[in-house]
Amino acid sequence: MSEVDDSMSEVEEQEELQRKKEENGSGLDYILSLESVPSKLPPRLEELKTRVFCKSDAPVHTDTIQYSGAYAALRVDNSLRLDNFCQNFKIELIRLTDDDMEFDMIGIDPALANAFRRILISEVPTMAIERVYIANNTSVIQDEVLSHRLGLIPIRADPRLFEYPDTTGTDKNEKNTIVFKLHVRCEVGQPRITVKTRELEWLPHGSELHSEDNNRDASSKPRTFTSFNCSQDSLPEFPKSPIGIKDSDIIIAKLGPGQEIELEAHAVKGIGKTHAKWSPVATAWYRMLPEVVLLEEVKDELAEELKNKCPVGVFDIEDIGKGKRRATVARPRACTLCRECIRGGKEWEDRVSLRRVKDHFIFTIESTGALPPEELFTEAVKILEDKCERVIMELS
Amino acid sequence: MEHVSYSDQSKSTFSLADEDHTLANAVRFTLNQDPRVTFSGYSIPHPSENRVNIRVQTTGDPAREVLKDACQDLMLTCQHVRSTLDKAVSDFKLNNTGKDMDTK
Ligand code: SF4
Repeated sequence: MSEVDDSMSEVEEQEELQRKKEENGSGLDYILSLESVPSKLPPRLEELKTRVFCKSDAPVHTDTIQYSGAYAALRVDNSLRLDNFCQNFKIELIRLTDDDMEFDMIGIDPALANAFRRILISEVPTMAIERVYIANNTSVIQDEVLSHRLGLIPIRADPRLFEYPDTTGTDKNEKNTIVFKLHVRCEVGQPRITVKTRELEWLPHGSELHSEDNNRDASSKPRTFTSFNCSQDSLPEFPKSPIGIKDSDIIIAKLGPGQEIELEAHAVKGIGKTHAKWSPVATAWYRMLPEVVLLEEVKDELAEELKNKCPVGVFDIEDIGKGKRRATVARPRACTLCRECIRGGKEWEDRVSLRRVKDHFIFTIESTGALPPEELFTEAVKILEDKCERVIMELS
Repeated sequence: MEHVSYSDQSKSTFSLADEDHTLANAVRFTLNQDPRVTFSGYSIPHPSENRVNIRVQTTGDPAREVLKDACQDLMLTCQHVRSTLDKAVSDFKLNNTGKDMDTK
């Protein structure tokens, strides 16, 4: 009898536990609320988890510990839940101009920061010149080289207002093509001229060149290379500022007396993965926040030596009274990790520790001009969201 | 596309076309943060084929659901990043126009 009683109480206990669990939301919340579960790693492990240590020969502890159960043996939960992330994630803007931006992104894993960077470089769309119809080119620069140069010119046009061209490239309308015209001539007897991007003229009505079409009847309008239904500058969705070239003084070619270039360039929407000309950024890069730690007090002559070692002036010297001086780390952010300060023997490596904070990114975006940098970043994040959505759709 | 055995749905390989490290690495990270996941990793079988294989093994839940949850989490994370940036930018602009006015 007594045995039966025992098992009964066990079942009750479990029910009790279950009830408690439900009260506390999910099981994980319940476990975390228990007092015996430590929520912090020992300091040394925390250091190894959050810092890269840059030694004189190589950086160590470079990996990020992603697995949720990595510290299960210590009963520390390494999973990251969304509410935790939202609490800790921070963005601090350092610099923002029309075409570049620097900000600190704190509390995010490199996997995500890198995804944003990769998308910025190769998957955010822009408009770039894709087809060039050359009517005349007597300059010294060959047609294909000229076309390539034209392709790389940044165009100021919001790519979100355009559609991708159809794969055959035959249907070119006001929704997917921007047409530019370039016609320059250097008269005989004139000095040589430099053709710059300001000579490129936007044609909102579409192409003006007549395509060779033998079986059209004489009465109809001559066919051109595009079929615009209306003028682009009359479309309401295009902003007040006209479509144009971002920089007006990029050199396209040089013409000698008697030489001439006449062409039409058609820009379409694309992504940097296809060709770098569609990349919306000049560069998008990040570095981890440097952290310089003095492991022991560096005093007097040594402090002077340390200060002089660093080419970017990370260290400063402060007076601590009685004619004594001590080195301090004044500008760690400027550290380029040249490792000059830990050269000169083991004793220096024991004095100075160079580290990087693994989840603090100093992110820099330089836009080529189609969109302001902050919008580029937003677009990049949206693209990652779209990718996730695609996967969810596929799996449902 | 999913490769999974009928008898055990907790282990499975997902083959995603037209994706690369960008998504796969980010998803692997979110998967790894999920306590239900015992193993996750990805590989690109051939560099000239636009495809990644993501392997997910769980403690019991269907791998497909766990992957879906990870994607959902990643989306919410992205949304939070986006709103944080928007806020930082508008704050920055506000502060800086203030400064400009001071100097004038
Ligand atoms: S690594 Fe180079 S830049 Fe950084 S603190 Fe040392 S000497 Fe200065």
